[in-house]
Amino acid sequence: MNNESPLKKVCIICAKGTIEDVYATLVLANGAVMEGIEAKVFFTFFGLDAITKKQMKKIKTATVGNPAMRAPGGLPFPTILGMLPGVEAGVSAMMKSSMEKLDIPPVDEFLEMSTAGGGEIYACKLAMDMFKLKKEDLWDEVKAVLTVGEFYAMCGGEGTQIIFT
Amino acid sequence: MAQKTIAGHAVEVNDEGYLLDASQWNREIAIEMAREDGIELTEKHFEVLEFLRNANAKGETLTIRRVGKSGITDIKGLYDLFPKGPLKLSSKFAGIPKPASCV
Repeated sequence: MNNESPLKKVCIICAKGTIEDVYATLVLANGAVMEGIEAKVFFTFFGLDAITKKQMKKIKTATVGNPAMRAPGGLPFPTILGMLPGVEAGVSAMMKSSMEKLDIPPVDEFLEMSTAGGGEIYACKLAMDMFKLKKEDLWDEVKAVLTVGEFYAMCGGEGTQIIFT
Repeated sequence: MAQKTIAGHAVEVNDEGYLLDASQWNREIAIEMAREDGIELTEKHFEVLEFLRNANAKGETLTIRRVGKSGITDIKGLYDLFPKGPLKLSSKFAGIPKPASCV
């Protein structure tokens, strides 16, 4: 353990909207605040789904184009299967239930856990404009809609790291 | 691993200050440990510590989410009680091992 220059702040950027990208972001953010490390999370592009009221409960994992995808028991999962209707939904439901067993909560609750500890959630202005989203479409506790410059302005200080999930 | 005297009790702790043997714990030790970290324990704190000790004794995996659903306080409340370490500080004061979970 390096105690000479401890991590004090993490600025996490999430640009993708699959279960694994969003959860990696949330685990990192919540894990930081639990350790007393300041956390600021910037959701952009498809990552915005995680903080959009209509989408945040519906995020999925990609069953096509995912070479690490395997059926339970480690059996191969051919991409062509992933194309069938309902497979993506089924696989996503399975992922969520395995996480629930490990006490990993749904997206909205996970975001609340992070903000309860002082974590801050931001949305990207450019991506919002692109997807024609308004502030009121976002989860209520999103602190602000920022430009990249405004986000960088928050990422200064000794012991700060920027993480792109 | 080291011997340490906390509040007049000789206990064994690891290099992060967690008790090695949960049965060596008592309230005075908790109060003294918390004071070293700048926290004055109240009855509310002790309710959380008792919850953690019971869950640990049953071999349960502790997460902040579970403690937040204990009915004692919510997650925000846990951060207020144990600033900057809602699970790791509370576990330390409860005399149980540092939780090995990511949530």
